[in-house]
Amino acid sequence: MTTTPTDAASSDKALFDLLEGFVHELRSAGLPVSLSENIDAAEAVRHIPLEDRTAFKYALAATLVKNNAHWKTFETLFEVYFSLRGDEYSLDGDDDPFGELDLDMDEGEEGPQGEGGQGGGEGMSPEDLAELLFQAMMRGDETLMRAIARQAVKRYAGMEPGRPVGGTYYLYRTLRNLDLDGLMERLMDQAQEQAPDGLSPFEERLERDEFEARMEQLRKEIEAEIRRRLVADRGAEAMAKTLRKPLPEDVDFMHASREEMVGLRRAIYPLTRKLAARLARKRRHKRKGPLDFRNTVRHSLSYGGVPADPRFKHPKPAKPEIFVIADISGSVAAFARFTLHLVYAISSQFSRVRAFVFIDGLDEVTDFFEGVDDIGEAIHRVNTEADVVWVDGHSDYGHAFEVFWEKYGKEIGPKTTVLILGDARNNYHASQAWIAKEIQHRARKLFWLNPEPKAYWNTGDSIVGEYGAYCDGTFEVRNLRQLERFVDNLV
Amino acid sequence: MTHRFDSVDAVREGLRKVDYLADESIAGIAYLADRLAKPVLIEGPAGTGKTQLAKSVAEMSGARLIRLQCYEGLDEAKALYEWNYKKQLLRIQVERGEEDSSWTEIQDDIFSDEFLLPRPLLEAITAEDPVVLLIDEVDRVELETEALLLEILSDYQVSIPELGTIEAKQIPLVFLTSNNTRELSEALKRRCLFLHLDYPSMEREKEIVLTKVPDINDNLAEQVARIVRSIRQLELKKHPSVSETLDWARTLVLLGIENIDEKDAVETVNILLKYRSDIEKAIKEFSSNSQAHFETTS
Repeated sequence: MTTTPTDAASSDKALFDLLEGFVHELRSAGLPVSLSENIDAAEAVRHIPLEDRTAFKYALAATLVKNNAHWKTFETLFEVYFSLRGDEYSLDGDDDPFGELDLDMDEGEEGPQGEGGQGGGEGMSPEDLAELLFQAMMRGDETLMRAIARQAVKRYAGMEPGRPVGGTYYLYRTLRNLDLDGLMERLMDQAQEQAPDGLSPFEERLERDEFEARMEQLRKEIEAEIRRRLVADRGAEAMAKTLRKPLPEDVDFMHASREEMVGLRRAIYPLTRKLAARLARKRRHKRKGPLDFRNTVRHSLSYGGVPADPRFKHPKPAKPEIFVIADISGSVAAFARFTLHLVYAISSQFSRVRAFVFIDGLDEVTDFFEGVDDIGEAIHRVNTEADVVWVDGHSDYGHAFEVFWEKYGKEIGPKTTVLILGDARNNYHASQAWIAKEIQHRARKLFWLNPEPKAYWNTGDSIVGEYGAYCDGTFEVRNLRQLERFVDNLV
Repeated sequence: MTHRFDSVDAVREGLRKVDYLADESIAGIAYLADRLAKPVLIEGPAGTGKTQLAKSVAEMSGARLIRLQCYEGLDEAKALYEWNYKKQLLRIQVERGEEDSSWTEIQDDIFSDEFLLPRPLLEAITAEDPVVLLIDEVDRVELETEALLLEILSDYQVSIPELGTIEAKQIPLVFLTSNNTRELSEALKRRCLFLHLDYPSMEREKEIVLTKVPDINDNLAEQVARIVRSIRQLELKKHPSVSETLDWARTLVLLGIENIDEKDAVETVNILLKYRSDIEKAIKEFSSNSQAHFETTS
């Protein structure tokens, strides 16, 4: 658009190569980008003035990312991939202090946009910086906040070229030094003082939310700054690899951070809805049962006795009864929560669902779910109200199974599918694997879902193998994708 | 081909004139949709202005809006075209009196434009005047029905077996909206530009309130936006939508409230939240430090 025809050809080529690389990165991160979408993206950026980085980003997003859950991954990769590419793709250029970065990170000036207040970074004491941050937060001054974020990373993160440490470590170090909790206290006190007659709890809450939003902003600035410095050190391609964040459906249940947990919880709603819709359709569509002889003969009368119109019986797919027995001790609690959530969300596909939870004692929690429309609430009650501790609150599969067998064993029938959820880390208690054998004997199927990677099974105190011998299947279910697949096959 | 919009900024300005506050991505994608002649798939929670965007784009560009509301069970006859069989029958009966008409003549005759009833999709591509086609809540149709849309979305044409292929006289701007109740097919997504409309940021919401609610002052708009943002952070069944924010702001103006205190908020929160449990939760959250005080007000 703005270029002359001769440059256009060469810059198009360069741009296209760059885009190719970026799409490759997206694909390695797990985003499904088709060829035609790639072409669309190339087409789209030709209509966008290249110096407008935001527009460039949205053009790519609109053509390449068709699922909002993938947005974060896209954004991170975009930033890494395009932040250091020649002048035309770089950030505004002026706030790009990487030139000095290679020489010495501890020395030197801030970028030109640094405000008068923080001028020569060296001259400022940590107290000054904290004070400045306090002022910036109080006023919600974004430019100043960005400058402080940079200064803070430079000072506190202790980044050294070539050091093989992940970004989270630097983030942790920076945040610890800034002491955001303390800052929040101060901000609230200040707000309290400024109000003419004190803040009511209602106003206080609003103030707090406001400051939290600002802190989130600061945190993002810091993260961005760390990322930029890492890119400068290691190069965009290498960074893209290490920064790759798993998509929500690939997040490991057992090691999800708090933020990832929130993402997971958000992802599970649409997932269950879609799964339920898919299963209901499957049931509707499967129609061919065995030949209905009587009906066929009856209809053949109208064709003079020729069975021209064969009739089939409507199959009555048996709805299985499901027993879920879940370990809800610390490390696997999240996994149990998501599985229960999913199973209950599609409970219409089963004739009955009963849920039991245990740590070293066992309790039935079916009631919590009945007649409740908010599954999340029910699961919260499971975690707080179920009586699952017998002695010390460390997992004891053996004892829990004993209790289960004694109280509920007789209720398992030939239509019952039993799911056991847990990592089978039994803290060296007796396994009582004979119960698994008995359950398998009585039930239609017995499945074991283990949130640990397969490589860790049967190491240490994990005895999944002992139980697994009596199961119709043991599955590694570490993330939503695997969980969805399992539940889909179960029905 | 002529373009509707000159630049991203022009789109944003145009939308602002019809009281739709577009952010960078919205304006950018509307602009691209025009340049690339591609449909836009808009996804996001209910009440974030997805349908309104299509309406506003139509309004700003002076185009006619043709709307196809999707629902379960939507079929060709409702979405694409239908033969006007009553008229066809009539034609045949008239023809019967005349001796010299042959079978093929009648057949050719009754399957012609005259007997075709255009439904929204066909109407959109045969229109002479500029149109904006809005396919609303596309996630409500079954997966199989989506296929109906594919031809029109990628090639702007409709194939009618008896008549041949009808190509678009001009390329309409197409918007599809989805509440994401199910995953749309890859084929559909691939043909569209994707725009996720989330709840607006606090600043933008305040702007929206200021634009849409007459007689509201800056301070009140700010408070409204802040409270709504705080409420959206809670885990609720249904978060307040932008239109509910606007309703709330209007109510506050009508009640003559200048400065929202806890009591006002508690009394009017039922405009923002529609579930009993959500309302209780919000009230509890915002007055957790002073249970006694809250009990006297409610």
